[in-house]
Amino acid sequence: MSVVPSPRPFSESSPLTRRIAAVVVVFYAVFTILPLAWIGATAFKSQADAIAYPPKVFFTPTLEGFVDLFTVQTHQSRDFIAKLPPPQTWYEKIARDRDMVIAGPSRVVERFLNSLIIGFGSTILATFLGTLAAYGFSRFRVPLADDLLFFILSTRMMPPIAVAVPIYMMYRWLGLYDTRIGMILLYTAVNVSLAVWLLKGFIDEIPREYEEAALVDGYTRLQAFRKVVLPQAVTGIAATAIFCLIFSWNEYAFNLLLTSSDAQTMPPFIPFIIGEGGQNWPAVAAATTLFLLPIVIFTIALRKHLLRGITFGAVRK
Amino acid sequence: MSGTNVTPTLVDGMAMRTAAPVARRLRGLSDRSIAWLFILPTMLLLLAINIFPLIWAIRLSFTGFMANLPAPAAFIGIDNYVDILTDEDLWANFQITAHFVFWTIALQVLIGLGLALLINQKFRGHSFWTTVILLPMMLSPAVVGNFWTLLFQPQIGPFNYLIGFFTGIAPSSFTMIGSVALAPWTVVLVNTWMWTPYVMLICLAGLRSIPDYIYEAAEVDRASPLRQFWSITLPMVLPFLMLAVLFQAIQSFVMFDMVNLLTSGGPGSTTELVSITLKRAAFEKWETGYASALAVILFVTIFGAANVYVRALNWVKQQ
Repeated sequence: MSVVPSPRPFSESSPLTRRIAAVVVVFYAVFTILPLAWIGATAFKSQADAIAYPPKVFFTPTLEGFVDLFTVQTHQSRDFIAKLPPPQTWYEKIARDRDMVIAGPSRVVERFLNSLIIGFGSTILATFLGTLAAYGFSRFRVPLADDLLFFILSTRMMPPIAVAVPIYMMYRWLGLYDTRIGMILLYTAVNVSLAVWLLKGFIDEIPREYEEAALVDGYTRLQAFRKVVLPQAVTGIAATAIFCLIFSWNEYAFNLLLTSSDAQTMPPFIPFIIGEGGQNWPAVAAATTLFLLPIVIFTIALRKHLLRGITFGAVRK
Repeated sequence: MSGTNVTPTLVDGMAMRTAAPVARRLRGLSDRSIAWLFILPTMLLLLAINIFPLIWAIRLSFTGFMANLPAPAAFIGIDNYVDILTDEDLWANFQITAHFVFWTIALQVLIGLGLALLINQKFRGHSFWTTVILLPMMLSPAVVGNFWTLLFQPQIGPFNYLIGFFTGIAPSSFTMIGSVALAPWTVVLVNTWMWTPYVMLICLAGLRSIPDYIYEAAEVDRASPLRQFWSITLPMVLPFLMLAVLFQAIQSFVMFDMVNLLTSGGPGSTTELVSITLKRAAFEKWETGYASALAVILFVTIFGAANVYVRALNWVKQQ
């Protein structure tokens, strides 16, 4: 009941409050991460363990799921397998142990490659276009600049399914349906609006004096842009690129509707990984794990830079 | 064979011959032309892939066009719009969507703001745990939604088992996805799990923008912690929270990927959000004109509501 003012800084709360806060947050974090942990664990289960009742927390890890994911197998009789030459590789052995013979590679590698090509292609293009446009808006007096910027932002409000119908028809007509270049252009268009807004924020913060000094030194505008502004904006460009990449990597609806096989990426593909008699959960989990892991690593490694993209420049210092 | 060797040098030569004048011309570019040169490609891309399809959709919405038939689009006036606005099934889908949006936002705001306030206590390791919490929102909703179907399996899924463990209800006595009563809550649950971190992060940014001296002044005035929360923290965070709500409301309103893979609208049509109805009309029934009209209605709704909302947000900011 003392009225002595507390010695702690005002912004900090009492140790007890902090401890309670820590407990609640950690509790929530553990529960929120459980589904992801379950995915990771299922990837290393056998099919029987994956659908065991009650659900198994402890199990003998196996690579069956990964082997199933990357290969096409046929079921054979024991006698038939006994007559075959002994398995040459570890994955062949895993298949043989379950009376399966590997017939060839599955299409997952192509899908993964599509995800990489479309993801990185659209990211590079969107970041490139976004940097140019952001510089244009940031440094020059563009007529109707506010209207144009709002227009760029408003394209993000369009529900993907709503524009999918005419884009589908347009792509059919132009021959862009089920092509990687079509998907790259589409994702670039979706990403470029975010890129312009984020990058404009970053470039606005680079003092104009740097460029003006360079111009006085005899640089042209373009040289000043390349040699003065770009190096300063590198962190911002990288953060923007990560954001574009995450969107393209995760996107499902457009890819589902605008591709059928050649340009299909992982998200529409994963739900269709099926085994004999229903979904092959270890294989699905293996694909999901491989697909999600890069993003998890990115998120942890680059968390400080990501925050700005999430808050979408809404939060300026 | 020699041809393939000659071609590159030829091309190089041509490139060099054209590059020099182009470079010279670029050097002489005025600031104004550079501005347009930098902005135009983005504008053209957006016009081609966003605006042109939208205008086309508006045009198609007045026709009875079906994309799987060769027949040309026949103008039928506002019939599609009349159909949509008088369709009771579709009205039910809008109600399902409203339920989904409302409860998702309510839970996200409650949990997200709560977590932000707790994390803002800056306990040891808060940065690490914040990263852990935000993981779900970085992941592909489709891929994760697909996997939740395993987690929700009665008996073999860990979710029912966990609920059973804590409440004593038999894990096989309920199905989160297959039950008419539970499925609408299941999609709310997964969406909340996925996007609460977003609300949390924006609230956290809001909390960190409050300068310390305001609290110092309040403490000098002997304002109780509760009083400080109501008259400082909440009003200062409100604009941020409202922004988060805007983005999440739009996102939930057009939600497709996660729900499509989790329940695909079922059981029956209890979780059939409007975007799923739209996808079915456009890509399963191939009623292109009808689907376009629905798309236009969705777009106008979002745009109109967002405009009103932004005005309210600006009003709050001024207070």
